[in-house]
Amino acid sequence: MERRDFLALAAAGGGAVFASALAGCASAAASGSYGAAGAAYKDFYFVQLSDTHWGYSGPANPDAAVTLKKAVASVNALPEPPDFIVFTGDLTHTTDDPVERRRRMAEFKTIAADLKVKTVRFMPGEHDASLDFGAAYKEHFGDTHYSFDHKGVHFIAIDNVSDPGARIGDEQLAWLQADLARLDKAAPIVVLTHRPLFDLAPKWDWATRDGAKAMALLMPYQNVTVFYGHIHQEHHQVTGHIAHHSAKSLIFALPAPNSQPNRTPLAWDAGQPYKGLGFRQVELEPPYKDAPKVAEFPVVRA
Amino acid sequence: MMEGHDTVPQQEPRPLAAQAPGEVGQAPAMHAARRQWLAHLGTLGAFGALAALGWRGARAQAATPQVVQVIAKRFAYEPSDIVVRAGVPIVLEVKSLDFAHGMSFPDLNLRADLVPGKPVRITLPAQPAGMVDFLCDNFCGDDHETMHGRLLVQA
Repeated sequence: MERRDFLALAAAGGGAVFASALAGCASAAASGSYGAAGAAYKDFYFVQLSDTHWGYSGPANPDAAVTLKKAVASVNALPEPPDFIVFTGDLTHTTDDPVERRRRMAEFKTIAADLKVKTVRFMPGEHDASLDFGAAYKEHFGDTHYSFDHKGVHFIAIDNVSDPGARIGDEQLAWLQADLARLDKAAPIVVLTHRPLFDLAPKWDWATRDGAKAMALLMPYQNVTVFYGHIHQEHHQVTGHIAHHSAKSLIFALPAPNSQPNRTPLAWDAGQPYKGLGFRQVELEPPYKDAPKVAEFPVVRA
Repeated sequence: MMEGHDTVPQQEPRPLAAQAPGEVGQAPAMHAARRQWLAHLGTLGAFGALAALGWRGARAQAATPQVVQVIAKRFAYEPSDIVVRAGVPIVLEVKSLDFAHGMSFPDLNLRADLVPGKPVRITLPAQPAGMVDFLCDNFCGDDHETMHGRLLVQA
């Protein structure tokens, strides 16, 4: 898919194209090759959905029972399908009842199975995993942390929620270090996770307790971008040369970091349903010297 | 929004690791020794002791911490506005009723894990007048996001 097609798609979908001018030096090449095997790749994109909180019921979203289904329909309606789709955590809303937790996860899976693109990567949020150390999540979705490669880009899913104390933990950090060790320092890396890896707003529990250790492991790599969720809003911040992009949720929006005393959901606006909710497309262009390009989409097209 | 602002990740908050069950921040032996010392101070007479140690050293040794009882439960601290005096070390005796909540003071880079049913003593250094935020940082369920409070430090 050529870049001009991507921009046209973004315009048609009513989304705004946000080009994060960061990591690495700009390259004029619109397509090229990357990868040890020397295979030639063309640009590709993936879709990030986040914080669907399936099972939530409350005034912040009277349409909670259908929001996720509408998002699935919107993703299915994209003119050009993404290569794959990721959910960056809080798939379900927390419950103390292990039976209800599993029921919500099963229901969520059923809804997600309606996605036409079948390559879907899940990861947990604290609502999914923190009360049982990820037990129910693993039964339904598999590993809570993992990595994979796609067209020469290395993707790493980091679990900072199975520990209720928001720790990645030494064992997973060792896994991360070993996973990174086999990569060239210039390799394009995309990190997917739920909580911010940096101290975005510790007073709001918008942090990872040992996130600094993960960041220290990532810093030697020149081409790293992080996509995460948890904070129910689009947010962009750089630490050193690494850009972090949080996603909107598909349940209710939250206020800007530390903008008010309480971290309470923004009120539902019946005149603008799904305001502040949405999903995004992330485009990567070989040879991946430019930072990934991000386009935000509403839940439903106007 | 903090766009374009370079931040360096802070190191993990220093844990107030319990030296003995229910005790956080100071070893029990030191507490007993301190109590004995204060008793001796009373018998010598305050002025004589101060002269012997020097004014600053005596003040630091003699500062009795203010102790506040706190309850932690899903999903609130009681009290959530904890009134303390400025310039005096603080001991919070925090009892969780139901869960291993956290109690984190990000501005002080200090935190502790609470223990259901057992008081945990959290020692904080003397604070200037103002407010210090704290929150539960161990995910505890549906309203975890509302579990937070403030030290109201009064001059």
